Amino acid sequence: MANQAITADMGHAPAFHLAEEPHHPEGHSTPLGFWLYLMSDCLIFAILFAVYAVLGGNFAAGPSPKDLFDLNLVAVNTAMLLLSSITFGFAMLSMARQRKGATLAWLAVTGLFGLAFLGIELYEFHHMIHLGATPQRSAFLSAFFTLVGTHGLHVTFGTLWLVTLMVQIGRFGLIPANRRRMTCLSMFWHFLDVIWIGVFTIVYLMGMLR
Amino acid sequence: MSAETHADHGHHHEAHEEPHGTLRDYVIGFVLSVILTAIPFWLVMAGPIESKTVTAVIVLALAAVQMVVHMIYFLHMNGRSEGGWNMTALVFTVIIVVIVLVGSLWVMTHLDANMMATHEEMIRR
Repeated sequence: MANQAITADMGHAPAFHLAEEPHHPEGHSTPLGFWLYLMSDCLIFAILFAVYAVLGGNFAAGPSPKDLFDLNLVAVNTAMLLLSSITFGFAMLSMARQRKGATLAWLAVTGLFGLAFLGIELYEFHHMIHLGATPQRSAFLSAFFTLVGTHGLHVTFGTLWLVTLMVQIGRFGLIPANRRRMTCLSMFWHFLDVIWIGVFTIVYLMGMLR
Repeated sequence: MSAETHADHGHHHEAHEEPHGTLRDYVIGFVLSVILTAIPFWLVMAGPIESKTVTAVIVLALAAVQMVVHMIYFLHMNGRSEGGWNMTALVFTVIIVVIVLVGSLWVMTHLDANMMATHEEMIRR
């Protein structure tokens, strides 16, 4: 292909680039690149899950999941994240219809669900630490706080990103750059929901069955 | 401005398709997710099945199904997006994840079985 480009340009000054290069619009590869980032993030979580799976039974004579977890609270938390996932979907649908106001409104709802999730998670952590179940207490608790905390940190940064993007869309509208950012954030947000399925299953439900 | 964005958009379309689901996709995904979340919580909280092993296997299987549901209906995964590279990356990642998880558990349980029980473990037994 490169050869063809050069031969075609032989009459003029030689040009050393692929013939199809100019056809790629700006940012066309961003979603794929972001997906690759998410896959590498997935590996981080896989390692943390492996650590929890190995160390999750080492209580060091301290509290076990049955003493600490409240499944009602976890169920509410799961509902918050699931609802935020579908409201983000509605924001994407509004964006596809070029409705700036509706997009912003659905993003705001998504952000509120995200904050509710974080609030409940922080309450849970606070409650556990208050009971003396700190990360230093046992290998189980170290692994628990690392895994669940890493997920919570992702949701925190996702929420920050969401607020930033709302300001961007409010100021500049649904321009191609902002649409691209929306696509990436929606992947990020739904990806965090997928990770949460692993968290509530492996950490909370399996912990209670142990 | 509007015409410009439109022309720009048309140009985009061939090389770069925005992954957009329909309202139907999102609603189906949401309803399936609610069902697939409610069943495992109910199984663990109400405990209708005696055997913990059977419950655990069902809970894990439902989680795997729900992950696939999210991938299809929320993340719009299919073999065609980004010319198949999304799927390639996903399959590669899943292989690595399985090796990490299964490998860690396999090695560490063997290691555990071959070690002397610690003081605390003897008390627990």
